[in-house]
Amino acid sequence: MALKYEDVIAKYEPVLGLEVHVELGTESKMFCGCNTVFGAAPNTQTCPVCLGLPGSLPVVNGKAIEYTIAIGLALNCSIAPFSRFARKNYFYPDMPKNFQTSQYDEPICVNGYLDVTIDTEEGPKEFRIEIERVHMEEDTGKSLHMGGATGRIHGADYSLLDYNRAGIPLVEIVTKIIPGTGKYAPEVARAYVSELRDILRGLGVSDVKMEQGSLRCDANVSLRPIGVEKLGTRSETKNVNSLRSVERAVRGEMIRHAELLNKGEKVVQETRHFHEDTGLTTPGRSKEQAEDYRYFPEPDLVPVAPTPELIEKIKKSLPEKPSVRRKKLQEAWQVPDKEMAAMINADVLDLVEATVKLGADPTRARSWWLGEIARLANEKGVAAAELPISSADVAEIVALIEKGELTDKLARQVVDGVIAGEGRPAEIIKSRGIQVVSDDSALMVAIEKAIAAQPDVAEKVKGGHLPAAGALIGAVMKETKGQADAAKVRELLLKHLGQA
Amino acid sequence: MIQKTAIEMAAALKAGEISSVELTQAHLDQITKVDSQVHAFLHIDTEGAISQARAIDEKRNSGVELPPLAGVPLALKDVMTQKGIPTTCGSKMLEGWRPPYDSTVVTRLKENGVVILGKTNMDEFAMGSSTENSAYGPTHNPWDLTRIPGGSGGGSSAALAAFEAPLAIGTDTGGSIRQPAAVTGTVGVKPTYGGVSRYGLVAFSSSLDQAGPCARTVLDAAYLHEAIGGYDKLDSTSINAPVPPVVAAAKDGNVKGMKIGVIKELQGDGYQPGVLKLFNESLELLAQQGAEIVEVSCKYFDYALAAYYLIAPSECSSNLARFDAMRYGMRVGSGSAEDVMNLTRQAGFGREVKRRIILGTYALSSGYYDAYYGSAQKVRTLISRDFENAFKLADVLVSPTAPTTAFKIGEKANDPIAMYLNDIATIPTNLAGIGGMSLPSGLAEEDGLPAGFQIMAPAMQDDRMYKVGSALEAALLAKWGQPILASAPKLGAK
Repeated sequence: MALKYEDVIAKYEPVLGLEVHVELGTESKMFCGCNTVFGAAPNTQTCPVCLGLPGSLPVVNGKAIEYTIAIGLALNCSIAPFSRFARKNYFYPDMPKNFQTSQYDEPICVNGYLDVTIDTEEGPKEFRIEIERVHMEEDTGKSLHMGGATGRIHGADYSLLDYNRAGIPLVEIVTKIIPGTGKYAPEVARAYVSELRDILRGLGVSDVKMEQGSLRCDANVSLRPIGVEKLGTRSETKNVNSLRSVERAVRGEMIRHAELLNKGEKVVQETRHFHEDTGLTTPGRSKEQAEDYRYFPEPDLVPVAPTPELIEKIKKSLPEKPSVRRKKLQEAWQVPDKEMAAMINADVLDLVEATVKLGADPTRARSWWLGEIARLANEKGVAAAELPISSADVAEIVALIEKGELTDKLARQVVDGVIAGEGRPAEIIKSRGIQVVSDDSALMVAIEKAIAAQPDVAEKVKGGHLPAAGALIGAVMKETKGQADAAKVRELLLKHLGQA
Repeated sequence: MIQKTAIEMAAALKAGEISSVELTQAHLDQITKVDSQVHAFLHIDTEGAISQARAIDEKRNSGVELPPLAGVPLALKDVMTQKGIPTTCGSKMLEGWRPPYDSTVVTRLKENGVVILGKTNMDEFAMGSSTENSAYGPTHNPWDLTRIPGGSGGGSSAALAAFEAPLAIGTDTGGSIRQPAAVTGTVGVKPTYGGVSRYGLVAFSSSLDQAGPCARTVLDAAYLHEAIGGYDKLDSTSINAPVPPVVAAAKDGNVKGMKIGVIKELQGDGYQPGVLKLFNESLELLAQQGAEIVEVSCKYFDYALAAYYLIAPSECSSNLARFDAMRYGMRVGSGSAEDVMNLTRQAGFGREVKRRIILGTYALSSGYYDAYYGSAQKVRTLISRDFENAFKLADVLVSPTAPTTAFKIGEKANDPIAMYLNDIATIPTNLAGIGGMSLPSGLAEEDGLPAGFQIMAPAMQDDRMYKVGSALEAALLAKWGQPILASAPKLGAK
């Protein structure tokens, strides 16, 4: 039986370390002019450089440097006046040169921090996450291992290689160790990645789509008995691909470590794979037999030496911080703290903002994204943003409600339809025959039918016992398949029974 | 015609005395005649060369103004990519590989209308000083077919000495242009690092590799240098500055008042007496023309060879990692990717390449990096400083290019250290990234074989080497009454 989380935190203090890889949204690759669009046919976005053909040479993408400096500045880092690329040597079929051009002991940005806030039962709590470094590197190609049960290279019959991703600029953001989060470690990890993602999105340097892998998080977790200074052995859970998974992976690893430690066993220093379905991790490569990467300065590239003028220019062009933006939105929409936190937590703030921009009332927009849509997302185990419903769809639905052409109940059916992929709201209203029944005579037929079915109830209403009307109204709504406006039904019913 | 200089050929083409097709055919005929003995070429592109030549002739006939070397043939070291033409680097690993792109050097040769005859033999991946490490058999020195033509670019220099081509491209990581030039009686120049683009040069040691011109005269080399040199945005290490005025310097050839520094450490023990004698005679000729000869000391040169044999193998261990059978070239075995990589690298690389990959892998290993690669980089800095100080005392520095004349094929094949010592005088310039030139200083009295005179200049002052080289060449020509290659044995006479 799994250990309870409360028992873990009663005995141990978790220490986190988070490494986030971000694919930059530059038009061309890190070291060549190839296109970077996601989803192109395999191996169509390649050239001698990113295929590592003999004789080819890399040339640094200036835009990628500027983006990385912007990230560093947004994370309060100092920008190195002189930094170098290095080669990380290891053999793997999806690495065209069998070395990855990266940065090693001379990264471009160092020593920053990011403040994150989480919502706790004692109110909002702020944590400062210290950033060790931000550095640039190139992505590898993609291997698809065919045959075999696991989709891993071991046991596969053959592998397919796609080098479109090879050479896409990556930025790696590495935190220092994060102690002191206690029982909030999973939430802090999630809040950090979420805040980082908002910052990156605000900078416009990446599309930060976790599900497409343009933002990936590796979570390092270790436990030490409370009061003990010495760090425990860490595990490194690779490529966690959603905010929810970050939280789950950290919590899961804390429990797994605690179970081992309680039994007197050792935590193995290794990389782990996270499984979305079970929320558990399984071992990957053991770090004890880790490869020696034989790093050395990349002789094909000159050092990166950004001028103070360039750094100043980038600093001036930085957008406002997400925390500032959130504050402004909260004031404009007049939302209570709790609701604001709920939107951030459900990751729908951008969607609500976009819906409001399209003319929807902020309160209605928020209640749709946080209500019905969030519920459906939860049901499917995905983020609201991943559902096939856009802010334009929601804005359209809200407008129809305001015009009285949809009731809340009907609107829910429209939302269901959009998410089921039946089309845009107008198409669904048409195809499903959704319509507010406002024709009095049609309603009167239903009302009379309801009275005929429940004469005793009708008598009670006639006698002045108005709450009894509910049963009749319900029957009418059922008869009209929910397409009637309940207020209108009530009005007609009471009038008919002489009570209006 | 094939014994003329490239510039003389260019003049004849311009004057309409000969067409480029005729000139190209004459060289192809010479290759047919002598290359079975010399083995300078790995691939002869007869069809491509003739069609390039025809295109140039047509342009010229239509009255278009052409660059100086248009229509003149050239031999290309097989380490440079040329689109669609086999590029093996002298290795089985790349047998049959046809690159889908042109190196920048080739692009510029084509822009200049230079006709590319084919690809020349070399030590595998440019590792060696004798061309014996070619997987396709050694090249023979036209002066004595039982001797080595130097390396790694033995094919390019031998092709010049055998009149198979008037111009050639070499690459020089530790002396691979200059030492072959020295032992074949030809001219070879390693420009300042970054002076000629490395894009499309299959890397051996990225921080040391430099492509450059090979020719039979200093002026020919200068023209070729200007044709291929200059900034290239595809090579981050290329220098964004105009090519030094090397043609003008070669034409000028006036050394009056120039200070020529003789490096104390690059003579004496280990140098063949006849080679030293020729070196000193050359110095005298320069002094007679008004140059001032001074002695300089570069005390860290003693560590150059050791530093080189850490840096070059380290970089090569990484550069050659890409040869893994996954995307191009040789593939051996089946089974897992790892098995195929292992078997292919085992079968595809020769002994010297494997030796250097192992050396480099070890030198970069965690725990050894500082002691080996780190220390070697420090030595490199000290050698650069030696040069800086020496250049405060002299405009150019000089030495014999190689300690000896050409040795017998097989003589040093099993003694790597003896082989490495061939490059003792050429390696320091690669470590410092400055330019070096070798031109013939005469025939050594012991064996009647050519020796080389090396001239080194500060970074991007390559014109100084050409000025001094041209002055010495003219003085030697006046002394001998004919070019040195006129004394070489006639080939193909069997």
